[in-house]
Amino acid sequence: MITDDTLTIVEPCFQLKGSRLPFTLLELLYYDYAEFNQRLEALVKQAPGFFRETPLVISLEKLDNQHPPIDFIELTEICRAYGVHPIAIKGGSDIQQLTALVAGLPSIPANPTQKLAKLNFDLVNTEQPRSTVRQFSRQDTARTDIDIANNKRASLATKLISKPVRSGQQIYAANADLIVLASVSAGAEILADGNIHVYGTLRGRALAGIKGNTDSRIFCQCLEAELLSIAGRYKLNDDLRDVHWQMPIQAYLVGTQLRISPLVE
Amino acid sequence: MAKIIVITSGKGGVGKTTTSASFATGLAQRGYKTVVIDFDVGLRNLDLLMNCERRVVYDFINVIKNEATLNQALIKDKRIDNLYILPASQTRDKDALTKEGVEKILQELSATYDYILCDSPAGIEKGALLALYFADEAIIVTNPEVSSVRDSDRILGILQSKSKRAELGKEPIKEHLLLTRYAPDRVERGEMLSVEDVRDILSIPLLGIIPESTSVLSASNEGCPVIWDQSSTAGLAYKDAINRFLGENIEHRFILPEKKSFLRRMFGGLSA
Repeated sequence: MITDDTLTIVEPCFQLKGSRLPFTLLELLYYDYAEFNQRLEALVKQAPGFFRETPLVISLEKLDNQHPPIDFIELTEICRAYGVHPIAIKGGSDIQQLTALVAGLPSIPANPTQKLAKLNFDLVNTEQPRSTVRQFSRQDTARTDIDIANNKRASLATKLISKPVRSGQQIYAANADLIVLASVSAGAEILADGNIHVYGTLRGRALAGIKGNTDSRIFCQCLEAELLSIAGRYKLNDDLRDVHWQMPIQAYLVGTQLRISPLVE
Repeated sequence: MAKIIVITSGKGGVGKTTTSASFATGLAQRGYKTVVIDFDVGLRNLDLLMNCERRVVYDFINVIKNEATLNQALIKDKRIDNLYILPASQTRDKDALTKEGVEKILQELSATYDYILCDSPAGIEKGALLALYFADEAIIVTNPEVSSVRDSDRILGILQSKSKRAELGKEPIKEHLLLTRYAPDRVERGEMLSVEDVRDILSIPLLGIIPESTSVLSASNEGCPVIWDQSSTAGLAYKDAINRFLGENIEHRFILPEKKSFLRRMFGGLSA
């Protein structure tokens, strides 16, 4: 809630501007760990200067639509090892874009100027004379409350899975919460735009809030996961083993930090 | 109408063919007319385990390609009536298997047999997918170790998504877990996953536990399915599994290490 104390800002600390920055495009035709690694190594050897800490956009436009989801976490790690830093992807199917987002690579829209123009417009519209901010504050708060209520109503959808999710299977709850009444096997992946509940043992990968909803959480009865991720912030098995392993837990974000705490204190 | 059972595992070397041979024999011993089909095109083994390799003239692929009739290719087991083997081709490759061809053969067999067993090759390639596609029930052969359990889990996922029953939205394939090469003493030492560990991960009904036994290897080499050897623990365990499969309620055995007698402990200790 906005209180009077927070309204002492005089100048906004940043502003957004449209831009057309030049980036090298890595056009991916297909992805194979060994081949990608090999080819990148060869390229970097040829022109080490060119690749020194270079930002890079990965284009999926030439990628076959049927190509299995790419492990972008792995791909990013290979790139970084050679001093190249993927910052975003361009094009690609919905599921590729989703997996990329989870790995921290947002997707550059097909026509970026449109989105920015709209953003600029929105910013202009919401700008208010500084002197009147105090009077508007109460109204603003009220409006936010309504917005939250609407959003809650919109996010009530739930996808329910009552059978075990097996190794190699992937389940995605689009615009919904995901409830799994059985176990999620190692090598399986469950994704949701909202929260994830697993009432069996969670041994696979669970990714909640994959479109960036930082309020989403993961709940599970027994934590043995390979990976937990909320809005792209993730923890791998090695980090999870230290505390609350094989216990009922919930995972949530505090700022940008993924926290794990016992389900019942 | 025959019941089609696939014997599958994902991982290789866990005992699919051994299980197929013993299971087919066990069902025939109980009086059911049974045929067992080797789907492992190019790496056929079932004929060896059932000691009919010298009688193979035509094979599965010949029948699919209309180069032979089903009756020409089927080999009658010498030990027991009611049991027939349809061997795989050793010379052709997997691409010779087609969904339509397999379906045609299964339909033809369905008319006269009670049970059709499909011995799946390892992996999740075409041969394995076709072996499970038409199945009514599946026996998942698993060793008590993590990679085997992981692969079985993967196969269970495929049964639920890529089988004919799944595609038509019919009642799902009935799944049975058969834990093979189980060594209770190694479980006790923590070197092997326990029955409970495996059941916990796969969460499907347990059909049987086949203990690790030297008689399995000698049975394979002799070409005599181990279920015939009722002096071996593995043979007894397969018989139990058959009875359970046919609906009898039998307690699981061979879960705990054998109690060693005083003398065996003494001599065991000396020789170690």
